[in-house]
Amino acid sequence: MTISRREYDFQAARHRLEAKAKSAGEKLTTIDHAVARVKNGDHVAFGGCLFSRTPLALVRALLRRRPTRLSISRNLMCYEGEWCMVAGAVDKIVTSWMGIGLPWGLSKIHREYVESGRVPMEEWSHLALGLRFRAAAMGVPFLPSLTMMGSSLVDVGGSKIIDCPYTGEKLLAVPALFPDVALLHVHRADRFGNCQIDGYPHMDPDITRAASTVLVTAEEIVSEKEIRLHPDRTVIPGFAVDALVHVPYGSYPHECYGLYDAEPDHFSTYVDGINRHGAAGVLAYLDRYVYGPATHVEYLSLFGESALADAGRRGRELVS
Amino acid sequence: MRGSPHGVTSNELLAVMGARELEDNTTVFAGVGAPMLASGLAQRMHAPRLTMVIEGGIVGPKWKPGSLPISTNEMRAAYRAQMLPGITDAFLLAQRGFLDVGFIGGAQIDRYGNLNTSAIGGSYDKPKVRLPGTGGANDIISLCREVIILTVHEKRRFSDTVDFITSPGWLSGRDARRKSGLLFGGVARVVTTLGVFGFDPESRRMRLEALHTGVSVEEVKANTGFEVLVSDTLTTTKPPTDEELGILRMLDPARQFL
Repeated sequence: MTISRREYDFQAARHRLEAKAKSAGEKLTTIDHAVARVKNGDHVAFGGCLFSRTPLALVRALLRRRPTRLSISRNLMCYEGEWCMVAGAVDKIVTSWMGIGLPWGLSKIHREYVESGRVPMEEWSHLALGLRFRAAAMGVPFLPSLTMMGSSLVDVGGSKIIDCPYTGEKLLAVPALFPDVALLHVHRADRFGNCQIDGYPHMDPDITRAASTVLVTAEEIVSEKEIRLHPDRTVIPGFAVDALVHVPYGSYPHECYGLYDAEPDHFSTYVDGINRHGAAGVLAYLDRYVYGPATHVEYLSLFGESALADAGRRGRELVS
Repeated sequence: MRGSPHGVTSNELLAVMGARELEDNTTVFAGVGAPMLASGLAQRMHAPRLTMVIEGGIVGPKWKPGSLPISTNEMRAAYRAQMLPGITDAFLLAQRGFLDVGFIGGAQIDRYGNLNTSAIGGSYDKPKVRLPGTGGANDIISLCREVIILTVHEKRRFSDTVDFITSPGWLSGRDARRKSGLLFGGVARVVTTLGVFGFDPESRRMRLEALHTGVSVEEVKANTGFEVLVSDTLTTTKPPTDEELGILRMLDPARQFL
């Protein structure tokens, strides 16, 4: 499994962006209309990192459309990658690491799908994947780096070693990754798509500049004035955003910095289902949490108000 | 556990020995588990001005005892941080040369300190066991001034060859690492549950420098899948003190990571 030209073709990516309206207009829409922009075969980058600010509401809405042949990329892939594998939605996963975390051990789904060759995992170092998005965000086909050289990762990812034109030293030429679509969840945005993120930005600002189409959910929709009073906190300009949806608890049961904590017990229940039933455990989970609920409110009611309130209390405590 | 005082767990031993490797007024790239405990312990013992940099894009956190992070990308990892620059920029601090020490572990390690956390057996495309992948380990070992590997000492881990070099140590030894393009850094120490290894400066082969109390060279050899070089000045480490263990148990009272 190696990179495809489409991923680093900076001229084509530039043309796609030039052909697109850089609208300063209304971006608010419904989540179903937002994800309707994803086509089968697209490369979709997910924002956030592991179980932090994962755009789970968008991923759920996307999977309800039963997409196929997607490539997906994320710096550290959590179980949303497993959903995509089991749902038959993906042909390739691009990441540096896949699992939930130390307490949950190796992912059985990741193992099953990769070991059988059904879904290849294209592995980059964490920084190298960050530089792939940054190169694309800068509009260039690659960035030089000092990482990953000498390792077997160079052999399997399709990256190239170049000679520095100035010093003659070897450098890794990390290829750009221009996704077709980026999905992300932010703390607040105005209706024109100017987005603000609290706490760690993960790789989201780069991903939104790298992708051709950007779909965002926000915890809060604020007034234009609110954004203009604190423009230093805006990390994504409205003209880069194609669709915006107001989704409180849009990452839940993953965390959203300062607003709500993650739910490790929920992860354990999910993993228990896999330990007992394998991929069928994931399908049962998808039926209950992804395909089942007709609305986001219905989805949240599966967790209950007290759980949401408690996650909120913990989340606020951790930043105070 | 073998080689440690009664009641000391593997992670306690690794955290104590790891902490002793850290100096004051330095920077450390630390992940969850033993590395974070080692860093937190060092800050409370001899290195109050040690700054942690965390993979999730976090600089200088002051983690809350009893509320240690499960992941490097969550609020507990960022507690009372000085800066949240983002993931890519945190690693670029290391590429620029700001990180003195990095801690990593691995599923397989060879005599040159090369680590595999990607795939075991079969082919890379269809491995027998697919491991989670590098995460930031490759970047840490490529970019920090020096790396300390913290690991449980088992024969299956200390392997004659690694199936895949996820994180390059000294590669095939001598100047192979430099020739590959890695101009900086390298593995300085391998701290295990049996002892502490350095590397022969010429061949870059792992060399036993110190044994933990109660461990013999024979025991190290029996648990290592490659020939063990032994330093002429082999020493014995000081066992974890009550003070060190007390701090670790204060940091992690529920023993989530201990």
